[in-house]
Amino acid sequence: MKTLIKIIKDFPWFLWGGWGSIASIFLFLAFWDLGSQIYGSLILPSPKEVFVSMNELFTSDEFMIDLLLTVKRGIFAFGISLAIGTILGLLAGYFVTASVMSRPIVTILVGIPPIAWIVLAMIWFGFGDMTVMFTVVVASFPIVFVGALQGSRTLEGELKEMMDSFHIGFWQKCKDLYFPHLFSYLFPSWVSALGMSWKIVIMAELLSANDGIGASLAVARSHLDMSMALALVCVMIGVLLFVEYIILEPIKKEVESWRD
Amino acid sequence: MERLEVKELNFYFGFTQILKDINFVLNSNEIISIVGPSGGGKTTLLKLCARLLDVTEGSIDNTFSSSAFTFQDARLLPWKTVIENIMLPLVAKTKIDVAYQEACSIALRFGLEEKDFEKFPKDLSGGMKQRVNFARALITKPKLLFLDEPFSALDIGLKRELQDFVLQSSEDFGTSVLFITHDLMEAIRLSDKILLLKSDPGEIIKNYEINTPKSQRNDEFVFAKTKEFLDDCDVINTFEIKVR
Repeated sequence: MKTLIKIIKDFPWFLWGGWGSIASIFLFLAFWDLGSQIYGSLILPSPKEVFVSMNELFTSDEFMIDLLLTVKRGIFAFGISLAIGTILGLLAGYFVTASVMSRPIVTILVGIPPIAWIVLAMIWFGFGDMTVMFTVVVASFPIVFVGALQGSRTLEGELKEMMDSFHIGFWQKCKDLYFPHLFSYLFPSWVSALGMSWKIVIMAELLSANDGIGASLAVARSHLDMSMALALVCVMIGVLLFVEYIILEPIKKEVESWRD
Repeated sequence: MERLEVKELNFYFGFTQILKDINFVLNSNEIISIVGPSGGGKTTLLKLCARLLDVTEGSIDNTFSSSAFTFQDARLLPWKTVIENIMLPLVAKTKIDVAYQEACSIALRFGLEEKDFEKFPKDLSGGMKQRVNFARALITKPKLLFLDEPFSALDIGLKRELQDFVLQSSEDFGTSVLFITHDLMEAIRLSDKILLLKSDPGEIIKNYEINTPKSQRNDEFVFAKTKEFLDDCDVINTFEIKVR
């Protein structure tokens, strides 16, 4: 609770610190506009055209339904991979044999490109929700799993010994030792898994679904509607930036303030 | 009367014998140092006494109602602030705000300043970490204090200051101390009894008693006594001192 209040209190300062990032984004927009002036709007529409298309997107109900659907799929699949990855990773870290055995399997899972999973999932589940969510789960699960595994493998014996020397009970040990330690490994892995999930949900939709913003991107491509395609890309990046910088970054800053 | 009694204690790591036939008694309000070379099993003996390791042969009978441990490295929780680290042993036993008040007052007594209270261990110097380590151990007013060479990496000023805290606490609350060190002068200054532990395997080969009251142990006394110790052939052999 104290942490939450501190996060909210520090939030305006955090935003104020964002001027540098905003300046660099504007610089990027300037180069984009320059590119559009050189190559013409068929190849690279100007930022203004794209923002107009984006505005159209946000006023259409159809798009909002698609966006919501994609977000829902992403969150649901991310939630599943987070739960399974965290639980299995912690368990595997607890048992030496399990952690040794799971390493190569995780390496294989990480090594398989998501596009291969999409093809497999399309054969197994056909078009639709299941394929998209399966791909997201299977691609982001290893990231969470490895984070949890490393967290539970590196629980420090020395700090546990210190707590034992004060006869500190199991629950306080969980609260003051195990949880903060595990969280410091889990949180960054959750953040990278979330980013991964978002990218893959769109890719999977593009190839294996008829709805969602990934599918809208496929439609824009078939119509050669460059400004619509770029507007969709901007929305995708916007969602990611919002989640990463506005929601996760302040939390991360607060919960990791004890680190070097 | 509260006491810690170690009887016929043997300890092995695998097939290597670490401790051999250890016997001693630590009575209430007494300070015992165990001196010996590094790697001689001193820390193992202390951990056995503090029940951080399981006794396999022999017995350790501890009737002290409470105990605390200070480690050589401060072992602070990196995600907790100075005050939170100090109040750690109290949190489960008393109300949070009482524990907080107590932690603040003991922190001030140990030379920490109010501006340091909300710092994390990463922002503390080695000496400050050790102050927090001591404050954390003494906040519970333990009846028995285990010290695992906590002064070894400190400058002489801070060393003296923290040693005085230990003596003060022993006087104020009747805290007994079991103290391991490889520094003879430190042992002479603080203890009532000094046990000499030779290594491979760790075995107590001599037991010295110092009867001079601690308040009268000035530098001359400590130097003279140290000289006496260094001339003792058991000390020479145990520490493998080259005689010139």
